[in-house]
Amino acid sequence: MKHDISLTVNGDTYTLAVEAWRTLNEVLREDLNLTGTKLGCGSGDCGACTVIVDGKSVSSCLTLAVEMDGRRILTVEGLAPSGETLHPIQEAFIEKGAIQCGFCTPGMELSALHLLKTNPLPSDTQIRSAISGNLCRCTGYNKIVDAIAEAGRRMDPPSKTGR
Amino acid sequence: MPMETKTLIGKDVPRTDGRAKATGQAIYADDIKLPGMLYGKLLRSPLPHARILSIDTRRAAAMPGVRCVITGQDIPRVTYGNWRLFPGTQDEYALAMDKVRFIGDEVAAVAAVDRETAQAAIEQIYVEYEELPGVFDVDASLATGAPVVHDTSPTNISIDRKIAYGDIEAGFAASDYVREDTFTVHAVSHAYMEPCACVAQSDLDGRITLWTSTQTPYIVQCLLASTMNMRENDIRVIKPAVGGGFGGKMELRPWEFCAAFMARKTGRPVKFTLTREEELAFGRRRHPMTIHSKVGFKNDGTLVAKDLHIYLDGGAYNAMGPTATFLSGNFGAMLYRYPSYRYLGEHVYTNKPPASAMRGFGAPQTLFAAETQMNIAAEELGIDPIQIRLKNAMVSGDELPGVATISSCGFVESLKEVRRISGWSRKRKNLKTGRGVGIGCYSFISGGVFNWFNTQYPFSAAEVRAFDDGTVHLLSMASDIGQGSDTVLKQILAETLGLKMEDIRLTAADTAMTPQADLGTWGSRVTLMAGNAVLDAANKIKERLAGAVSARYNLNVIFDIEFADGRVYAAGKPDRGMTFGEAVAFVQKTQRGEPLVARGSYTPRGKGLVSPAFSFGAQVAEVTVDTDTGQIQVEKMWTAHDCGTVLNPMAVEGQLEGSVQMGLGYALSEQFVMDGGKTLNTTFLDYKMPNAADMPPGESVCIDTFEPEGPMGAKEAGEGLASPTAPAIAEAVFHATGYRCKDLPITPEKVLKGLGKL
Ligand code: FES
Ligand code: FES
Repeated sequence: MKHDISLTVNGDTYTLAVEAWRTLNEVLREDLNLTGTKLGCGSGDCGACTVIVDGKSVSSCLTLAVEMDGRRILTVEGLAPSGETLHPIQEAFIEKGAIQCGFCTPGMELSALHLLKTNPLPSDTQIRSAISGNLCRCTGYNKIVDAIAEAGRRMDPPSKTGR
Repeated sequence: MPMETKTLIGKDVPRTDGRAKATGQAIYADDIKLPGMLYGKLLRSPLPHARILSIDTRRAAAMPGVRCVITGQDIPRVTYGNWRLFPGTQDEYALAMDKVRFIGDEVAAVAAVDRETAQAAIEQIYVEYEELPGVFDVDASLATGAPVVHDTSPTNISIDRKIAYGDIEAGFAASDYVREDTFTVHAVSHAYMEPCACVAQSDLDGRITLWTSTQTPYIVQCLLASTMNMRENDIRVIKPAVGGGFGGKMELRPWEFCAAFMARKTGRPVKFTLTREEELAFGRRRHPMTIHSKVGFKNDGTLVAKDLHIYLDGGAYNAMGPTATFLSGNFGAMLYRYPSYRYLGEHVYTNKPPASAMRGFGAPQTLFAAETQMNIAAEELGIDPIQIRLKNAMVSGDELPGVATISSCGFVESLKEVRRISGWSRKRKNLKTGRGVGIGCYSFISGGVFNWFNTQYPFSAAEVRAFDDGTVHLLSMASDIGQGSDTVLKQILAETLGLKMEDIRLTAADTAMTPQADLGTWGSRVTLMAGNAVLDAANKIKERLAGAVSARYNLNVIFDIEFADGRVYAAGKPDRGMTFGEAVAFVQKTQRGEPLVARGSYTPRGKGLVSPAFSFGAQVAEVTVDTDTGQIQVEKMWTAHDCGTVLNPMAVEGQLEGSVQMGLGYALSEQFVMDGGKTLNTTFLDYKMPNAADMPPGESVCIDTFEPEGPMGAKEAGEGLASPTAPAIAEAVFHATGYRCKDLPITPEKVLKGLGKL
């Protein structure tokens, strides 16, 4: 049996009928063609599928689509909505060499966003713990940590950082 | 005076696909969706060793939504595996013919209108097996009367490799100190974050296009052609963005074959996407090895002889194992001057998922043994571990007789630098019990010289098309799987032609559109080989443009022509010149409209049997060991390495840091837990690879060398670094506690046992 849901993704509202067992990850990737959200494990262990739901970061592979009725979802495609100017997190990831194969990148960026929203100038340890659910096999994480710290500085109002 | 300053080489040029990846626009294989596309699923063997008596697909085939069901009986009886150099070693069919040899062996495939239907159909295929006894490790496999995995190899040894030079018996006789050890190393997963996926389409004329997550599009093209009984040129393989490979995506795989075969049968595109569970439970992995090593030294630490015997636990098929068997022998002879050396490598079948190439291709295993043994010898001879290495270190110009010449070598410098930056000498003396430092080193190849694939084409090729708007188009079959080679190839081209990165358009890794051929991404070959091919093509373009400018300004033939800032001009006379685009237009006029195109290629010649160039490096680890719990904390890693000219420091650092993550996992936390051929840990929850919080801080130095065979002096930086971390940590643990690990991984349990506390 299908359930009607209405969800907002990156500011656009979609109304869909979904089976009860389908995940948010499948709906994003297959029904909405938002393939920026990746699927690395399907069991909640790698973070490649991370999206933001109502301000919280969640594993879209473990989230049922039916539960998304009425929710606001942000995916990597919504990070820089205009498509022209990148989000400071994206800029920092590119400049700092935090991207290699890029498969972990969308999830990392959204975990970073979630962190920086609550803790604009996190310490190295805080960043590492915030992304410890996001696995990366390419970078060894250091450049990702640098990029998140840099993005935090760029996003933070200059008055607070003294820059 | 000609300005020889480089504008792009040696700079932290950000990767040119960074924006696409940061915004989620990069397209990976599973992101591709075509009209009418079907979803494929594989049925795999639940048994490690069994004869297939019958397969009944009728129920599955009759299900609504199922478009195609195939088994081994439906496909051509053409084997593949170990590429194609030695047909006798090709032991694999895309779908099992009469026997299954590991849990996960592919038995049948379904294509259906959606994933759920494909999965449901798989469950409706009935296979009758006659279970056979299995062999699950090398000892069992080699025992007399052991079950035979492949009838073609009655001893279960699929292949052996030998290397020998110098008089080894005399060497041991002349040694003051002879040390003999057995090391064992375990299987680990590549654990690339992108599970394998592919989409095949049968074109309007029956030709095949395959988008696949691969490191080797050309090899997939050729092997798909042979297994499908098609002509190579009727297969087009396109590599989309690839989410890492590390050696795990360099063969033809059953799902690629099944997608293509069923696309042809149904006339509809077919997609396969593996689950992480399939990847971990049934996927390729690094070879477990049993390594017997005997070395002889003089009392002063001079190496005299080495005798190395390795059993590789190959799993159920050869895969890339024969190559690993050969390379392991080479790595065993690297780093130090062994006046005499003997190697025997034997590749053994077992009823487990096949082991294959993985970052280092034999080196992480062989060097764990070699480096640990060197540390043992240093200890017993009373020589500092770095000192004993300096005494025996290879230097530029050294030869492995008949095998290779080391044209550039920064090993001695690496050892000295890592000693300095790590504070080695002080720490070796002063650290308290429970804390220790240890060293591990590596040398690695920059691509293979041997024609492993028996190709009729250059090993790498490039085409450069120049346009009068001042842009160029580079076509190359080289495969960027995340390491950043697309960016580096553009850097080389832009630097050579005096252009900007954004002036270069790249078409890469599409076997129908990019020049034949490129053997793919493995053995750290891309920067050197594809880089040289690009350089070759670029230099031909330069020659033509220089001629045009020379003619236009009636320049004396002795003038050098400069290419910089998008201009082409007489050296020292910037006004005698024109823009790059104008120069292209000029050439084009001289050839009555014909576009300016050049082709370049690279095939190593006269470079021995192994590699045109070798990288070197040394790494120090500092650890704290809790002697009550056996827990090991890596405090810091220091690395000094020689990768020739550093073309892109940020990219090289990225390779180093990624290698440390993998090396750390290999040393301490990652391993497959097996029971009778069954892989038990099939999620990332249970397969423990290091996360961001597990990573130690690091510090590194690149040793400045110039490799004559490399593009602009460069050599490899991506794979060698996978080796030193485990032996460095093992030695640090020994220094901290007195426990010597000869059996990876170093678990708390082993530490406690070693300390007599368990
Ligand atoms: S795909 Fe969701 S956590 Fe891995
Ligand atoms: S960049 Fe490849 S997994 Fe993180």
